[in-house]
Amino acid sequence: MKRTHIILLVFIALSIGLLVSFMGNLSTYETIASARQKEGKNVTIIARLDNSRPMEYHPITDPNYLSFYILDTLGGHAKVVYHYGKPYDMEKAERVVLKGKMNGDVFEITQKDGILIKCPSKYKDDPENAKKNLSKTDY
Amino acid sequence: MDYVGEHLMPGKLGQFFVVLSFAGSLVATLAYFKTANGASPEEAASWKKMARFAFFLNGLSVFIVFATIFYIVHQHYFEYNFAWEHSSRNLSPKYMLSCIWEAQEGSFLLWMMWNGVLGTILMFRARQWEAPVLTLISFAQFCLATMILGVYVFSFQIGHSPFILVRQLFQDAPIFQRADYLSIPQMQDGQSLNALLQNYWMVIHPPILFLGFSSTIVPFSFAVSGLWKKQYGSWTKTALPWTLFSCCVLGTGIMMGAAWAYESLTFGGYWAWDPVENASLVPWLVLVAGLHTQVVYNATGHSLRTTFLFLILGFSLILYSTFLTRSGWLGDTSVHAFTGSGMDLQLILLILVFFIPAIILYFVRFRNIPHVAKEENTWSREFWMFIGALVIFLSAVFIMVATSLPVINRAFGTNWSTGDDQKFVYNRIEIFIAIILGLLTATVQYLKYKNSPVSQVLKKLWPVTLIALIVSICISVFGHIQYTEYGTGYQGAIHLALFAGIYSVIANAAYLFGTMKGKMKIAGASVAHIGFGILLVGILISSSKKEVLSHNTTGINLPFDPKTKENPLENLTLIKNVKTDMGKYYATYLTNDSTNPAGNIIYFKVNFQDKKTGESFDLWPNLIKNTKGMENFSNNPDKQHYLDRDIFTYISYANILDKQRDTSGFKTFPVALHDTVYYSKGILILDTVLVNPSTGKYHFTATDTALLAQIRVITRDSQQYRMSPLLFVKDNMIHRVADTLFEQNLAVELGTVMNNKKIQLLTKESADMVPFVSLKVYMFPQINLVWIGVLVMMTGFVMSILYRRKILVKKSPERLS
Repeated sequence: MKRTHIILLVFIALSIGLLVSFMGNLSTYETIASARQKEGKNVTIIARLDNSRPMEYHPITDPNYLSFYILDTLGGHAKVVYHYGKPYDMEKAERVVLKGKMNGDVFEITQKDGILIKCPSKYKDDPENAKKNLSKTDY
Repeated sequence: MDYVGEHLMPGKLGQFFVVLSFAGSLVATLAYFKTANGASPEEAASWKKMARFAFFLNGLSVFIVFATIFYIVHQHYFEYNFAWEHSSRNLSPKYMLSCIWEAQEGSFLLWMMWNGVLGTILMFRARQWEAPVLTLISFAQFCLATMILGVYVFSFQIGHSPFILVRQLFQDAPIFQRADYLSIPQMQDGQSLNALLQNYWMVIHPPILFLGFSSTIVPFSFAVSGLWKKQYGSWTKTALPWTLFSCCVLGTGIMMGAAWAYESLTFGGYWAWDPVENASLVPWLVLVAGLHTQVVYNATGHSLRTTFLFLILGFSLILYSTFLTRSGWLGDTSVHAFTGSGMDLQLILLILVFFIPAIILYFVRFRNIPHVAKEENTWSREFWMFIGALVIFLSAVFIMVATSLPVINRAFGTNWSTGDDQKFVYNRIEIFIAIILGLLTATVQYLKYKNSPVSQVLKKLWPVTLIALIVSICISVFGHIQYTEYGTGYQGAIHLALFAGIYSVIANAAYLFGTMKGKMKIAGASVAHIGFGILLVGILISSSKKEVLSHNTTGINLPFDPKTKENPLENLTLIKNVKTDMGKYYATYLTNDSTNPAGNIIYFKVNFQDKKTGESFDLWPNLIKNTKGMENFSNNPDKQHYLDRDIFTYISYANILDKQRDTSGFKTFPVALHDTVYYSKGILILDTVLVNPSTGKYHFTATDTALLAQIRVITRDSQQYRMSPLLFVKDNMIHRVADTLFEQNLAVELGTVMNNKKIQLLTKESADMVPFVSLKVYMFPQINLVWIGVLVMMTGFVMSILYRRKILVKKSPERLS
């Protein structure tokens, strides 16, 4: 066997090792209901805010505690606790991507990057927003 | 309907040139193809004339389209969607440029402009490679032109025209039933440029990045031309300066984006492994791998096959990254929240139309690509450079797979996601890549091509290694690098990588001044590798020693989950004018100010005082009102620079953001004299109650009915305050004057007097009463090393470009004018 082939084999082995270790550490997208089934396991949930229930954030007493409620399309709902400051435009989010784990009835997020807010007009332009703007009749 | 006040002329002119650029690129592609495959020199020459003309026409049209868009934005012609959606009246001219590249169409245009410029240079420089190389570049121009064409073929829309009118885009909106719709308020001004993009880096970063994107087609085209014309090896020397140029400019563009992220975003750093960042890093890594194999081929004849592969992949990955960042498929994994533009199919086709033919051609010709049968010697430079290139490539593949999870999920119906600790997913792999690359860049230059005498290499290497070892051990021991968050294994890897980085700097410097005797002309590679080493050390120190300064040390007992891995108490609330203990510093929120000319920024003046040195400085972190939503804010950090560190702060919350009224009511406590009442941060003691007081600001007489309570407040941190709420009767009405203690967010009121010598004390605690900010403060030590490393690395690239071009001119002066 030529050395080139050995090197190639080593690199292939390395790649497979990398891939296996990478896959082993992946989490999955879950619904609120299925996340409950996997209590204590790291999962990702896509949901929307439940605006009928209060969002708790009292920066004066504790700027590092935020709690709110979420709903998903399958009708699941849960309380979420996030141990960092409240993200901007939280109320405007039409969708949130949350990474954390179920702990009893509460979804706990312990990493700062665990919340991703999807706002309609955060960074790029949203045609729906523009449409709404144009349909205003108060001129 | 005849609409009033529209300016349709510029749009028609612009659209004409869009079509002309499209037609020009098509003609140029065909004519250059004919030139390249010309049967006779005469035939080729006549085709070439036409091709050059068409390519030039295409480039000119693109510039005119760009100028027209700028004119429309500059004149505030809001009937055009481009101006209405991306600009506004109060936008300063430099940001009018930014708003052009913010738009999908504008950035494609920028890409085409650079293609035009690079193509024109190649027209005069590439000599016998002009025809095949420009066939491919013209074809790229053709593909990009379809992105801004905006025509319908049956029901399929090809591209988005930058000249579409608002009323064409939103035909159903009721306002367009009026002929004078332009006089309506919402048509009088545009939606403006996103606040986060109103930053000087956003003026310069996109053009440089797109020059980088655009330049990657040059090595790609040379490689494909080599396969196409079956001249496998003769293009590599001519193309080498272009590969270097690509690496240099793309790298600079990426790091300018990092600088912007550092200065204006709140990721808490310059790199967050966000899919958008990764998408541009991956092609750069692959090109750097290709650069090394290309150098190896030029010197030894080895590695030509891998060079072809890497250069083809480099450009294909640029197209893939264009797809990733513009399709909206990354929506759930990127903070940059891309919305899809409905051009997914067109973007996928753009990748395939280049990648598939190129890779097929590569495999068809693979057997014919010359290679050296004899293997590289283990003690040769080319062998280890090849290994290094493979490691870089492997790292690129890993980053690409991890970034592509959303694409993989869509393709295979899986539902994988990276865990909640996204950065570590990458860091734990990349740290080992960094160690290997650091060691290779340090040592491989000491090897000679073909074969090197072992004893000689070791003789030169051991003193350098020893010095590097001593320096890095000193830094490891005395530098307080205690990063134990991920265990000792990872901490060990950090120290190893630190050694590798220092080794790379010292060994390359020694090589430059020792072996090469300081000849700067040929030192490009050494300088670039020194830069890489400095960058690596900078990344390691600034990340592992990054410190959150805003630890909550106010003594307020905060309930937090002991199960969290790190202490997440990273935001500190400052009440206006209250000096607050913040670890190494005292922090005081002084004032806020929104008197900037546009009136859309609220600055918060925060004073920091170093406890040890007493040194004090003010920072102005601010909130920018997002003009697109009018109520949204974006936060913009501020920092204090030092040579060896940055103190970096941003507002995570401010009472100004608190729109909801506080609804918590008063709590009632019946108290007698000297009774104690608890509140969340301490106690209240009712000292006395004065009847009809006439002291201080109150002057009651015996005929009045008034009670003034004197209350002592003792806080948990043993501060004492006095409060005196008042109750009086006037005109048969009870009036109450509450007293507020801003420092404690406490309001106290007197309720009714009870008959058992008690009085009702009403207390209320609320966030609404006082102006405050919550902020996060970081310290980035040695962040300057990161920027210096990048600058040195890019200087090395430029030196190499100059040197390689010089060799080319010297060797064949008739070939290159």
